Amino acid sequence: MKSFQTFVETYNYLVTVFLMVAGLYVVIARGNMIKKLIGLSLFQTSVYLLYLAPAKIDGGTAPILDAAYTVYSNPLPHVLILTAIVVGVATLALGLALVVRVHEAYGTIDEDEIFAESEEP
Amino acid sequence: MTAIQPHLPILIVLLPLAAALVSAFFRRGAGAWALAMGVSALLPWMAGTMLWTVVRSGEPLSYALGGWAPPWGIEYRVDVLNAFVLTLVTAVGAVIMPYARRSVAREVHEHQQAWFYTMYLLCLTGLLGIAVTGDAFNAFVFLEISSLSTYVLIALGRDRRAVLSSFQYLIMGTIGATFYVIGIGLLYLVTGTLNMADLGARLGPAYATYPRPVLTALAFVVVGVCLKLALFPLHVWLPGAYASAPSVATTFLAGTATKVALYLLVRLLFTVFGIGITFRALPMTAVLLVLAVAGMVLASFSAAMQRDAKRLLAYSSVAQIGYVTFGIGLANANGLTGGLVHLANHAVIKTTLFLALGAVYYRIGSVRLEHLAGIGRVMPWTMATFVVGGLGLIGVPGTAGFISKWYLALGAIDAGLWPLAFVLVITSFLAVVYVGRVVEVAYFHEPSGPARDATDPPWSMLVSMLAAAGATIYFGFDTRATAEVAGMAARLLLGGRE
Amino acid sequence: MRLDVLLRIGAKLVLPFILLFALYVHFHGEYGPGGGFQAGVIIAAAVILYAIVFGMAAAERAVPVRWLERMIPAGVLIYLSAGVPALFTGRRFLDYSALGADAAVGHARGILWIETGVLITVASTMIAIFYAFAGRGRS
Repeated sequence: MKSFQTFVETYNYLVTVFLMVAGLYVVIARGNMIKKLIGLSLFQTSVYLLYLAPAKIDGGTAPILDAAYTVYSNPLPHVLILTAIVVGVATLALGLALVVRVHEAYGTIDEDEIFAESEEP
Repeated sequence: MTAIQPHLPILIVLLPLAAALVSAFFRRGAGAWALAMGVSALLPWMAGTMLWTVVRSGEPLSYALGGWAPPWGIEYRVDVLNAFVLTLVTAVGAVIMPYARRSVAREVHEHQQAWFYTMYLLCLTGLLGIAVTGDAFNAFVFLEISSLSTYVLIALGRDRRAVLSSFQYLIMGTIGATFYVIGIGLLYLVTGTLNMADLGARLGPAYATYPRPVLTALAFVVVGVCLKLALFPLHVWLPGAYASAPSVATTFLAGTATKVALYLLVRLLFTVFGIGITFRALPMTAVLLVLAVAGMVLASFSAAMQRDAKRLLAYSSVAQIGYVTFGIGLANANGLTGGLVHLANHAVIKTTLFLALGAVYYRIGSVRLEHLAGIGRVMPWTMATFVVGGLGLIGVPGTAGFISKWYLALGAIDAGLWPLAFVLVITSFLAVVYVGRVVEVAYFHEPSGPARDATDPPWSMLVSMLAAAGATIYFGFDTRATAEVAGMAARLLLGGRE
Repeated sequence: MRLDVLLRIGAKLVLPFILLFALYVHFHGEYGPGGGFQAGVIIAAAVILYAIVFGMAAAERAVPVRWLERMIPAGVLIYLSAGVPALFTGRRFLDYSALGADAAVGHARGILWIETGVLITVASTMIAIFYAFAGRGRS
């Protein structure tokens, strides 16, 4: 049962790594630009999990000062991830705007098709 | 002045940020340009004052944002290395701004010109923020500010490939920044702090207890930052981005964005992780040297085969970044000095070259080699500055490029790596080839087609080009501002922690 | 009876409460989950709901694009202006204790001030993004 215990203890990290690798795979393996952006979002989500899951301290309560409690969960990673989420949203919005422009310019949003018909540098 | 001086670390970021926001209210490009010009002229003085203060006193400047003392709060920390980079970035920005008025008016759509300057100022804010901050996560925030505005700057080019290159850069750049965040997250989990100086103090003992997370963090962070600085083989986004962006955007990015990423790499390797973890626990020297040399050689070959002058210079940039990484990888006094000096010299040289090409584009609307025939005869001053930049790229004595290659070769010899010193010389010959292609077409062919009616660009553009070319020659002789300061920075980094 | 009557009446009934909830989330950001970003997104969701139910033309009459283009930088300027009083009293930038008689009052005011800036910028940006994409005709 040792391996099951290890699995439960490291479960959040396993999910993080799975999402990370799945996201990167989608970015690399798919030619459709919107799918690449979705893979990128998936990849960024795994990072949020990497920061947030360890923020919960064993036996910690909500981080509001009170005389009755001594152990609090760590609020700093939540603040960091709020920033990272906003950055991710901005990147996604910019990426989608670029995809719309590429579609207008090339008529397609598949990278392989675009490279096939593009001029040589 | 004495009232402002303690606040310089925050003001150098606040000023361009506020200017970017005000510039977003402008409808036409002229007003936005004037604002950008005013701010760009002020910034080098602020950075120079900080550099002067730090060099004279030997103590870093520390600014606790919000009154919260470090390491609890965010700290802006300026030592010799950052002050050097800040002065470089602000100086490049100041030189480009007079030139930008005509160049941007020619290359960017009328209704997007004010947005161009807004994005330019935001990019400047981001780059200066990365250079001035002493907090690792704050560096990520500024990294993304500069990256997002860069994606927009590139996409404002007229060619339809600009949007495609911008998208490719967006994907790769975001992956790079996210890798950096993963690394910082692992470091935070192991040490509990985000302040770079504090991480430097705590990582030694933390490595002894938790070696694997620390090494994993190092790997993630290095790959992430190397994506941003376009180290071979993570440079794939750079040629397309530089070739299709508007000339002013290319010039600014070539002179600053990769340099600030190189600064971040140096800061992480030497201050945060320290020489002990970076170079002894992992074969970082071997990795960096192999990639640097591969970049130098392969990118120089690629440059020699290009038919578009901007793409040629973009590949040349990848090669030059290889030189700087070579110096960083050597991690000895001469090598690191050479790397840091080349960081500054290459910024000056590439600025000269791209400004000249931008002037050619301004007159004839193209920078393909076949259209540049005879351009040296009809645009003498422009191509003269290009030749000066080209000589700097090759490393001819009397130009800034020679100084950096000298130190790098000394560093290679100090490390006992004689063959690599030869590689440095050989790649300089490759630079002769690709610079020579442009010079040959420009001077030894008859002017034809659109080149026939071209003349030198207006004074506002010539002023910037001559200033940059003058700096290329000046820093080949007077190395107080570049090599001596770089030497001080190198000694500080190497003598810091073991 | 048109089929969208339920939708239109429902949206008109619900929209004020959505906006009120956004303000609640904004003002309670210090004491519980919430703050400027979350409130800004809720306001944007309200405007997007209005645009979906009543059409882009009606939404653009209610929240013109010109306003949005000005509110985005204005919000950030509001944020930065919260840090400036500290510079005049010899403290560091963004030191909220300069905003009130004592540190506690100053911090409460400072947080509310910056969160308002964040609210304005985030709401305008989200609505502007929606307008930019939804405003493009079907190709």
